[in-house]
Amino acid sequence: MNRFSTCAGAALVTALLATPFAPPSTAGDASGAKRTLQVFAAASLADAFHELAHRLEAERPGLAVRISLAGSQQLVAQLEQGAVADVFASADERWMSYAQAQGLVSGEPATFARNRLVVIVPKSNPARIGKLQDLSRGGVKLVLAADAVPVGHYSRTVLRNLARVEGFPPDFATRALRNVVSEEDNVKSVVSKVQLGEADAGFVYRSDITPAVARYVRAFEIPERANVIATYPLALLKDGPAPDVAKAFVDFVLSADGQRILEQHGLMPVAANTR
Amino acid sequence: MRSPAPRRARLSLTRVALLGASALLIAFLVLPFVALLLRVTPGDLAARLASPMVLEALRLSLATSVAATAVVFVLGVPVAWLLATREFPGKRVVEVLVDLPMVLPPTVAGFALLMAFGRAGLAGRALAALGLSLPFTTLGVVVAQVFMAVPFMVGPARASFSGLDPKLLDAAATLGARETFTFFRVALPLALPGILAGVAMSASRALGEFGATITFAGNLPGSTQTMPLAVYEALQSDLDAAVALSVLLLVMAFGLLLGLRAAPVGSFWGHARARAAAR
Repeated sequence: MNRFSTCAGAALVTALLATPFAPPSTAGDASGAKRTLQVFAAASLADAFHELAHRLEAERPGLAVRISLAGSQQLVAQLEQGAVADVFASADERWMSYAQAQGLVSGEPATFARNRLVVIVPKSNPARIGKLQDLSRGGVKLVLAADAVPVGHYSRTVLRNLARVEGFPPDFATRALRNVVSEEDNVKSVVSKVQLGEADAGFVYRSDITPAVARYVRAFEIPERANVIATYPLALLKDGPAPDVAKAFVDFVLSADGQRILEQHGLMPVAANTR
Repeated sequence: MRSPAPRRARLSLTRVALLGASALLIAFLVLPFVALLLRVTPGDLAARLASPMVLEALRLSLATSVAATAVVFVLGVPVAWLLATREFPGKRVVEVLVDLPMVLPPTVAGFALLMAFGRAGLAGRALAALGLSLPFTTLGVVVAQVFMAVPFMVGPARASFSGLDPKLLDAAATLGARETFTFFRVALPLALPGILAGVAMSASRALGEFGATITFAGNLPGSTQTMPLAVYEALQSDLDAAVALSVLLLVMAFGLLLGLRAAPVGSFWGHARARAAAR
């Protein structure tokens, strides 16, 4: 290799390495200059928020919406340790309240969606689950999210609720919890363990059964009176570098269009419940 | 030494660069550890470490990493010997395969393990027929650790075998020793320092394994939640417990590597053993 190509190669490598570290441009205004919005969203919002982001980006040239997905508890832990974001969307009120108590949130959170839990089993149904009662049968490999994860907390509540429903044994929750083989760190990890056929059953949100997932799993509805309605609040973050765009994002999520998109992704819009 | 003045100037420049780079790198490595240690008082740490959650994770981590290291040792040393002493078609491929887990993202390794040994996996179905299931079991944790630790055993052991004086091995052969004898009585004792380095490094790697474990074996206290997984979970719910666990892991890894350096396995000892064996 001659000196020129070495230099050119080095320059190229430097450029490639430097690109991701270049600070996002925050200069300019809504008139088309580059802006970046950082959204921290609960893992269960993945598809819905990606579509919301694309729509908003299409409406506002120059805007790039970056969505960071994880269990709500993990997002809060990151924010506490100094992660910078503009918007936080939690899968339960517990972690939003915690974020507020830590002084991370600016203004009042708004509830923007609700969700219900379902039980999914692999299409192959290796444990021959035919009804929810089967979850407490010995040897069933049940996967839940950890209790700190919103869906994990909801799942345990549902199991306790089911134990009080007619047709379920009173020790249903205890026995089902004994079948837990793994406590995952977010709902999508539960989905994938079932989707791959490694788990016999798992508790997830109804919105997690996306078309891609539906090909691999079968869902069991949870009786209405035992189910939990998950409540999703979102809020602006105090140290967010782009509060104006953040406000626009929140407004869009709460708008009729935004709510329709959430509904298309299996979430329950709040308008239907509150108005 | 005709022009000592400029030479000294050059030397001191080198020395400044050396010291500067070393100080910077050492500070960079030390600072996170110090920050971790400053987060917790010794009394607090002791109380935390006595909690059942920590003890359970510690017990599981020790048991699985010892088992994984044993497996890696038994299977890795012969492969290292093979690579050091033989030429064969496809050797390059084997070398790359052995090194692969070192560069592969652990999550990818865990996923690949699921595809292979999961219930619906390629080999998993055969295992299931034998009544053996790896995901969500302690055995699965060991499998993930073995997979990730292989390069750390084979690498140093192979380098150690390759560095042996071929004359010694030839001498054993001309004296009529079979390869098994040469391997166990000459090569193995002589290569012991490198092999022990491999043992310490693969044990450290197994102890620290996270990504492949959580992907392949899941996360359940008492059966698959090793210390790194417990740290990860505690980071999201109980920061003080996370600090305590991290400090413990840090001390263990540090002790393991330091112990290796202090251990009486210098080349002198290895040579003495080999000489005794050759007699």
